[in-house]
Amino acid sequence: MMAALYDLILAPFVEFDFMRRALIGSFVLALSAGPMGVFLVLRRMSLVGDAMAHAILPGAAIGYLIAGLSLSAMTLGGLIAGCLVAILAGLVTRHTQLREDASLASFYIISLALGVTLVSLKGSNIDLLHVLFGSVLALDDAALILLASISSFTILVLAVIYRPLVLECVDPGFLRTISSMGAPVHLLFLCLVVINLISGFHAMGTLLAVGVLMLPAISARFWCQSVGTMMGVSCVIGILASALGLIASYHLGLASGPTIILLAGVLYFLSLLLGPQGGLLWLLRRSVHLEG
Amino acid sequence: MAAIVHLNDLTLGYERHPAVHHLTGQIEQGELVAVCGPNGAGKSTLLKGLVGLIKPLSGSIAWQNVRPQDIAYLPQSADVDRSFPISVQELVAMGLWRRLGAFGRVDRLARQKIDAALDSVGLAGFQERLIGTLSGGQMQRMLFARLILQDASVLLLDEPFAAVDDRTISHLLGLIEAWRREQRTIIAVLHDLALVRDYFPTSLLLARECVAWGKTEHVLTETSMQQSRSLVEAFDRDAEFCERGP
Repeated sequence: MMAALYDLILAPFVEFDFMRRALIGSFVLALSAGPMGVFLVLRRMSLVGDAMAHAILPGAAIGYLIAGLSLSAMTLGGLIAGCLVAILAGLVTRHTQLREDASLASFYIISLALGVTLVSLKGSNIDLLHVLFGSVLALDDAALILLASISSFTILVLAVIYRPLVLECVDPGFLRTISSMGAPVHLLFLCLVVINLISGFHAMGTLLAVGVLMLPAISARFWCQSVGTMMGVSCVIGILASALGLIASYHLGLASGPTIILLAGVLYFLSLLLGPQGGLLWLLRRSVHLEG
Repeated sequence: MAAIVHLNDLTLGYERHPAVHHLTGQIEQGELVAVCGPNGAGKSTLLKGLVGLIKPLSGSIAWQNVRPQDIAYLPQSADVDRSFPISVQELVAMGLWRRLGAFGRVDRLARQKIDAALDSVGLAGFQERLIGTLSGGQMQRMLFARLILQDASVLLLDEPFAAVDDRTISHLLGLIEAWRREQRTIIAVLHDLALVRDYFPTSLLLARECVAWGKTEHVLTETSMQQSRSLVEAFDRDAEFCERGP
């Protein structure tokens, strides 16, 4: 029995270095993606995250064109492209009639087309797959350090801007009358979104990067009522999905990035059913009401 | 009494269309001013201009010895995201921003102030409730509690009694009365003219242009009311450029 459990859960990580790296990589990613996702959900920016994930593609593709599958070149390119799109979309929103989601949507679809074109200019289809779906099993030391740095930086910055950020979400008009922090805090938050997407991009690729950000956070909404606990629960769900996903992909021979996201999807459906905050099964109990 | 704000030929508006047109006057420290007028008369716009949310199209607003953080503003429909999981206590605590800033700890003193503020708007015991569970009137009272904590010397209230029941209105009027005794300046947009006559010594009757401004009994007369109704016109897409000089 114990031996079977060992073979099932621990053996893959004990025997293979790349599995350990993948585990650590996806854990650090989940640690910062959890809280970030919670804010994206609460600010109704779930789809904005998706849009920005695509927006970093052309930048990463240009980095790839110049330097091949190089970590630093693709990171730098993605960073520049992501921030550029965030700022452009912000400017368009501020100065035209378009809302932020609409302006982001138009920028990201252009970016995606541009990115895929750029990658296919030089690379093979394998490279394109690598860019689109990532390579959590091929994380080297440099990539792990990058992911860990991004994660630490994100958590530190979130701690610093936490109060104005919450206020920006819940009552932006009020924040504007008491402090001029609103706009810089929003911009800083968008930058955090970009760097976390770059983390996710290295592990899961552009198409699934947003999955590690959103799915755990959306699931967490079904379990708790305060922002603080939501961030914790979101991290835990992310870590759980990563570990289970890697184990499943190892034993079943599935692509690991998508399997992690699929596991996050399973946890989402479980939350949707069982979560005490609006989970579907709890609706059945509705008929009993309280005294006051 | 010293004037706390001068409005000099002030025009406020949106996309160059004026909502408040060539308004000149002043408000003194400690005054309790009601802003009245029909829908679309520019009342809310005036408050937004005063708090600095929109910039004048022409003319100016000159505050005397008032810093931006001395002004508290209660908007008509606060754009509070009511689905956000935040408790009444946490939201009201943000009224202490000037003292706490982005990092200050909500200590015992702060907690006492929050409790007292909630108590004075009749929301004692609501501390832990999520804001999404409040009714419209309770929401408004919670925002009033936050206003109390802001401890501002100038208060701009945009229809503060909308969706609030009679008992609470008289309670909130008591608060306003107390603020006035503390020499705070209060400017409120109100629709209930009887209430204005009873409680507000000064009124400004606005209909895009200033119809009358002064002692309430001289402002809210039948003639001026009729005049105000005829002045507000529809948003004119093809309006000519305003040629009126200062």
